Amino acid sequence: MATRTDPKKDVVIIGLGWTGAIMGMELAGEGLEILALERGEDRNTVPDFQYPNTFDELKYGVRYGLMQKPVNSTLTVRHNTQETALPYRQLGSFLPGDGVGGAGVHWNGQTWRPQAVEYRLRSYVEETFGADIIPEDMQLQDWGVTAEEMEPFLTKFESVAGIAGKAGNINGQIQEGGNPFEAPRSADYPMPPLKNTWDSELFADAARKMGYHPFPRPSANASMQYVNDYGMQLGPCNYCGFCERFGCNNYSKSSPQVCILDALKRKPNFSYKTKCEVLKIEKAADGKTATGVTYFDDNTGEEVFQPADLVLVCAYSLHNVHLLLLSEIGQPYNPDTGEGVVGRNYSYQMTGGTGLWFKDKVFNPFVGTGAGGMTIDDFSMSQIDFGKEGFIGGSYITCGHTGGRPIQQMSLPPGTPGWGAGWKAAVGEWYGHNLSIGSHGSNMAYRDTCLDLDPTYKDRHGRPLMRMTFNWKDNDIKMTQFMKARIEEIAKSMNPDAMASGYKGDGAQYDVRPYQSTHNVGGAIMGIDPKTSAINRHLQTWDCHNVWVMGASAFPQNLQYNPTGAVGGLAYWALEALRKDYLPNPRPLM
Amino acid sequence: MRDMPGRPSRRGFLKGSAAGVAIASFAGTASAQAQEKEAPPPLDQYERVYLNDAEWAFVMAACARLIPSDGDGPGAIECRVPVFIDRQLAGDFGKASDWYMQGPFDPAATPTLGFQSPLTPAEIYRKAIPAFQDWCNKTHGGSFEALEPAKQDAALTSLQKGEVPLDPELRDFFSFLLANTKEGYFADPGYGGNHGMQAWVYIGFPGARGAFTSWPGRENAQYPLGPVAINGERA
Repeated sequence: MATRTDPKKDVVIIGLGWTGAIMGMELAGEGLEILALERGEDRNTVPDFQYPNTFDELKYGVRYGLMQKPVNSTLTVRHNTQETALPYRQLGSFLPGDGVGGAGVHWNGQTWRPQAVEYRLRSYVEETFGADIIPEDMQLQDWGVTAEEMEPFLTKFESVAGIAGKAGNINGQIQEGGNPFEAPRSADYPMPPLKNTWDSELFADAARKMGYHPFPRPSANASMQYVNDYGMQLGPCNYCGFCERFGCNNYSKSSPQVCILDALKRKPNFSYKTKCEVLKIEKAADGKTATGVTYFDDNTGEEVFQPADLVLVCAYSLHNVHLLLLSEIGQPYNPDTGEGVVGRNYSYQMTGGTGLWFKDKVFNPFVGTGAGGMTIDDFSMSQIDFGKEGFIGGSYITCGHTGGRPIQQMSLPPGTPGWGAGWKAAVGEWYGHNLSIGSHGSNMAYRDTCLDLDPTYKDRHGRPLMRMTFNWKDNDIKMTQFMKARIEEIAKSMNPDAMASGYKGDGAQYDVRPYQSTHNVGGAIMGIDPKTSAINRHLQTWDCHNVWVMGASAFPQNLQYNPTGAVGGLAYWALEALRKDYLPNPRPLM
Repeated sequence: MRDMPGRPSRRGFLKGSAAGVAIASFAGTASAQAQEKEAPPPLDQYERVYLNDAEWAFVMAACARLIPSDGDGPGAIECRVPVFIDRQLAGDFGKASDWYMQGPFDPAATPTLGFQSPLTPAEIYRKAIPAFQDWCNKTHGGSFEALEPAKQDAALTSLQKGEVPLDPELRDFFSFLLANTKEGYFADPGYGGNHGMQAWVYIGFPGARGAFTSWPGRENAQYPLGPVAINGERA
């Protein structure tokens, strides 16, 4: 029960990461009174990420200084619907952010657009290969939006974030040196690509010799000085090697702070509160609209009701789903019956990699960026004959050093002991002599990969934790094994002194311990059918028309790419409908 | 063996044994600036914040096998890794301050579901060390620190492989011990380990320099500068 009710706002935004900042900035321009509620701490480049304090591998890389603390918020995990889920007590597999800027502070910065076929994957598979290649329990779905529709909004996000890259397809014209398999773009990236590290050049040369099409990774690490649409300025990247898991001290890595927030905070009709965790979205008596949100204010220890006309759910994908479940907006998904929509189609990311060690090559791996490097998309979703290969999916294949941090990024040849004299000799001999070729691939959603409320475990507010049911499936393991074979061919052509591969194999069980990817998607998916999606194609909930949900929770199955480009594009796509259609006449848009 | 320009020879490290522990081993490092500052107390006079005498003796001996002093490069002892571990166990890591520690607990659950012990890392060290010492006494005829190095290595290998019967809530002990030892070896020296940045010098990691704008793409070019720590110390 709220102890206080605050004056009504036009808009309340839950979470001040990328999408919260975008929505705040654009709707502030409409003259609306906006309040953003962020459950974590406030964060700014100075003092929070300043030199030299940010160059602390133990604090940020190992002890997760910028990530969500499980003591405050976590979920439970199980492999199947028969298993008892146990809490994700210590971070490992994925690292949700909290605090202002969210995961947009500690990401690496790879900023992709989905391939055209990914938005309409079910239709594409049925039209091209026939519906009978889809495994029975795979819940393949279309997004309800196409690459053509999304293009201007992806361009807008890339312009705001200041992405460095090389276009491969401008209005249907293939561009030499870019990705020939990308969906047509209206223009090149705002900035040229980053400089390459030597390892990625070696990879690109090897791939080119095999007839593939290497291109620079699109990166949110600035390659030059840049001023974005909001007047925010980025400086060129220093290649410091402390990108992933770290805030950028140099105003080079695109984050909500660097690209939006300092401009947004100057808007008189925008305000934000930190250490304020939304407990529930409150519904009107008829259940068809929300009246606002109740949040817990850690600053005062109070529960506060914040009335608002429009509720924008902009937290991390998993928290978006948790909040919808707790607020009873949309029918919870039931994996036994297949009915319900909230929690449906959780999916993850299938990654693998091959390490190569060269006695006579020194790579200076501490010279790195989060996103610089070279990629081929020759085995991407649109390039694979799913019927012939026996799986649905694809990966990009890539190489580049993100850093040479010695605790976490020490890569030693196969057979090296884990400790003792042999280990010590190996770290002296091999540090900086390694490169790694990775595959970053799709992951499909299945009938039993889902999110619901845990029956046993509670959070610090006494609310049920969310429960994740997830395991690897044959289709996706076949996909990654296919990539392993392709990558090993490239790797062998580079004549390393030693080589080792790590890919999921038959019977692989999802393991929450090693870091894999923070690309958790789905659970509040978009679509055009309220029976199989929680939000419509404009990201408006089907059940409460003034509750909109941003983020990768909207993806019906995972992309083969990192999600942030699509997440940013979807936010601008939703804004278009909000501004033009919804605000003049609030109602269900579909 | 490469000797990198601008860096001390790896052979320049004094090769102290675990018994020689101490500060004398720094005489051979190139950490000139560090040496001008007041030297930290020898490890046997270090004022501990968590570990008791028996635990300290074990951690000293175990670190000395996990990253031994002989051979090229500094060992865990020269890098004062036990100091790092003591401080970590007294701090947020040891207390599991950030972790979700509400029950019910199922410490014997499949390891793929992650850490499930009701005990904090500091409590795990406290309970696991005597259990492991009992096993060493029974199996190898002495406490861990009294064993010959080869037997110590065999005992640690048994611990790593799960062949030492520990209660399920202690099963992460070895992985914590090994991870903490490597962390103490390579973390910023401000945490008490990596003394004089010797481990960074050894592998050629430049620490908190943070700007390499002219370096991407250089082929086989050796970066010339030694490391800098967050507090400005250089080696």
